[in-house]
Amino acid sequence: MAAVTRDARAELRLLARDPLLLVLLAAIAVAIVVFVVYPLLRVLIASFQVDGVWSLEGWTELADRRLYRSALLNSLGVGALVGVLGVVLGYLCAFVLTRLDVPGKTFLHYVTILPIVSPPFVSAVSILFLFGFNGLVTRQFLGLDDFSIYGFHGVVLSQVFTFAPIAYLSLRGVLASISPTLEDAALNVGATRWQTFWKVSLPLSLPGIAGAFLIVFIESMADFGNPLVLAGATFPMLAPQAYLEITGSFNLSRGATLAIVLLIPSLSAFAIQRWYLAKRQYITVTGKPTASSSKIVSPAVKWLLYGIVVAFAALVAAFYAVILVGAFTKVWGFNYAPTLAHFAYVFDVGLQSVKDTLIVAIVTTPVSGLLGMLVAFLVVRRTFPGRTALEFGAILPFAVPGTVVGIGYILAFNAPPLLLTGSLAVLVLCFVFRYVPVGIQSGIAVLRQIDPSIEEAAQNLGADGLTTFRKVTLPLIAPAFFSGLVYAFVRAMTAISAAIFLVSANWNLMTVQILNQVGSGRLGVSAAFSVVVIVVVLIAIGVIGLVVDRWSRHTTMVRHP
Amino acid sequence: MTDSITIRGLNKIFAGPEGGTVAAVRDVDLEIGAGRLVTLLGPSGCGKTTLLRMIAGFEEPTSGDILFGDRRMNEVPPNRRDTAMVFQSYAIFPHLDVFENVAFGLRLRKLDGAEIETRVNRVLGLTGLSGYARRSPNQLSGGQQQRVALARSIVMEPRVLLFDEPLSNLDAKLREQMRVEIRELQQRVGITAVYVTHDQVEAMSISDEIVIMNAGAVEQRGSPHAIYARPASRFVADFIGKANFVAATVVDAGHVDVAGHRLALPDPGRPAGTAVTLVVRPEAVHLSVDAGLFAGTVRRVMFLGNIAEYLIGVDGVGDWLVDAPNPAETGLFEVGARIRLEPSPSSVHVLPA
Repeated sequence: MAAVTRDARAELRLLARDPLLLVLLAAIAVAIVVFVVYPLLRVLIASFQVDGVWSLEGWTELADRRLYRSALLNSLGVGALVGVLGVVLGYLCAFVLTRLDVPGKTFLHYVTILPIVSPPFVSAVSILFLFGFNGLVTRQFLGLDDFSIYGFHGVVLSQVFTFAPIAYLSLRGVLASISPTLEDAALNVGATRWQTFWKVSLPLSLPGIAGAFLIVFIESMADFGNPLVLAGATFPMLAPQAYLEITGSFNLSRGATLAIVLLIPSLSAFAIQRWYLAKRQYITVTGKPTASSSKIVSPAVKWLLYGIVVAFAALVAAFYAVILVGAFTKVWGFNYAPTLAHFAYVFDVGLQSVKDTLIVAIVTTPVSGLLGMLVAFLVVRRTFPGRTALEFGAILPFAVPGTVVGIGYILAFNAPPLLLTGSLAVLVLCFVFRYVPVGIQSGIAVLRQIDPSIEEAAQNLGADGLTTFRKVTLPLIAPAFFSGLVYAFVRAMTAISAAIFLVSANWNLMTVQILNQVGSGRLGVSAAFSVVVIVVVLIAIGVIGLVVDRWSRHTTMVRHP
Repeated sequence: MTDSITIRGLNKIFAGPEGGTVAAVRDVDLEIGAGRLVTLLGPSGCGKTTLLRMIAGFEEPTSGDILFGDRRMNEVPPNRRDTAMVFQSYAIFPHLDVFENVAFGLRLRKLDGAEIETRVNRVLGLTGLSGYARRSPNQLSGGQQQRVALARSIVMEPRVLLFDEPLSNLDAKLREQMRVEIRELQQRVGITAVYVTHDQVEAMSISDEIVIMNAGAVEQRGSPHAIYARPASRFVADFIGKANFVAATVVDAGHVDVAGHRLALPDPGRPAGTAVTLVVRPEAVHLSVDAGLFAGTVRRVMFLGNIAEYLIGVDGVGDWLVDAPNPAETGLFEVGARIRLEPSPSSVHVLPA
């Protein structure tokens, strides 16, 4: 124990030689406690209090009332099913697009991941356009009068569409890291294709598959937008229910209790994913380029699988096309005449929220991006007491559903000395800490592959810690910096679950506008808002890419003419 | 300008697995004169790199002092020590061109542009990189990258130059060429240099002085010649060059007994009857068909061009490695041939048994 404190003191003394870095580290640590840990604690406390008095009422009600029991079961059930379907679809896409020799792979890849950058209501609104009471398919084509998309199947359909691309991306990485020569080897020793798949390909990617399942499960549990639009009154789910308790019945205690219930499975899945599965990934990268494409499927199966992937991509494209057309259509289901009225509304009545959203996103992006890289740098390249705790605290928000964060923030920052609600700051702080984990993780991954002596060389030549970070580390981890920036911007533009608790008359967001318009049945306007969000996001990705690229290539300290 | 380095009672103890500790550097005392090039030589894991990194400030000593001149450096962070290190992996900034790599440290010192330009160009000239100023590091060969790392260190005109196995990633030819260049450059700029390597030939060829390290401690220090001719221990004798270790007994002030043969030796310096170990270098044994103190049978022959390397079973003594010079001229003994061996007495070194 004495040795531990002595080591800690020695580490701090070393760090103190770089006073600026020490100050930054302290600031980051304090910020994580205040903006990540403290709000969660407030939610936990609130779940054991009613009107400021300690009580178990929130929890007993939860057990007694069927509404809450079924909300829990519904959320778990949807999460599990969406996880399975999403992973199957994601694995299929990943397999076809990485292992098979089929046309148009790059194009299909981009179409498939499109849902990742879209606002949370695109699929829900598209589904209403296509399968709602006045839906194109259900009403127009099939002439159904009594079909209801609301409920279990609507939510599952929408979430699979939204989250399968996440599974796809994650599994793509897994498959890419397994050398196809292993399959060749199995075939070579006489295994049939089917045996090769079951005995080699699948077992190797199993940890990755489990990881992808858990990620989709977490996302599904935490999802707020799709259930709110599509669950309907008879199919309660946790995230929207917690929101309704607070904004509808002003019952903070019950909302907090539901939030904690929502948090438990998400955190468990996160813990399993991070500490159990991460150690079991089989990586067989040899460093040699393997151009070998898989021979374990017969041509017939290959084209069948390809057909499924194309169909999914077509569905994605169709959803976006429907949104685009819907944004220019007078009254969907009744009057398909083209109009600019919805956009006129967006840029007139909705202009303030467009501006607000842009400001929030533009402020959030660099702060979150830089913070992510700085934390990655500190965690990988410095030793200090509490390093693991800092990393955990910084990554934790990834696993916390937005609804929980939102409730935590209104509980924590609604009174002095930290009266932040209603301000720009509360939105920015919430987004920065919520979306920084992705940047941190990619920063850590990239940094671990960079020879530390490059940074030592900078120090040796006279650079202090912060200068080293600015002039050497950051340019070296530009790819991770880029993905951190893009992720922060996309999420800030498309966030809803936490933001909906934090918007105010002064600071409103487009995503909340989309939700309001859906709520009041004006799907055209919500489609127009969605189109604006998508266009802004696509432009921003391009701009960020250009900026990071130019900057990382020309980071000389003095410009030469 | 440049400084001597004094190291006093230096220890570095790492926390080992299962709560134990590992002493990477143990009780090292060292004095390195200003302007000298001293090599830390030893097998991997002997603590030489850890010692170098403590001098640079990348590792914190557990106890002991490091002084540049008479200034204690323990508390000085690496960026203020005014050392310049050449890394094993070169550690060139991949996002900067050659000029900016070399100028990096000068820019941090906020020197004005014209001076930076002059100094960088001078050093690029010195290292043979004049035409490469605007090249990106990935357009350079291994040797050129090595030169950039060297130029980046020298341009700082540091108090101390540090080299961490700088040539280990180069091919043999280039390695020979670069060690000559490094030696010449160091003598020209006259900066105190500490050079870490596990390659004894490299150490012998560039050093004013070699410090042999083993298991964290200094085993012996001295000029390359002294260390080769008078190794202080079996470890040193074995590590520097090749050696045959031969058990012997002191007979009198001028002779030892080896398996019944009286070998004349200039004063073994020990009382009669003492058991000793002789260090017989392979090149200090003369082979012939008929004349020699020892007899033996050739077991293995390797023709290496400049020498022939024999393994010879010496009657009553054991196997010796023997190098015979110029074999192309003199011809080779065949495996199985009976031959005589005569060690050159002035090259035989006596160690305790």
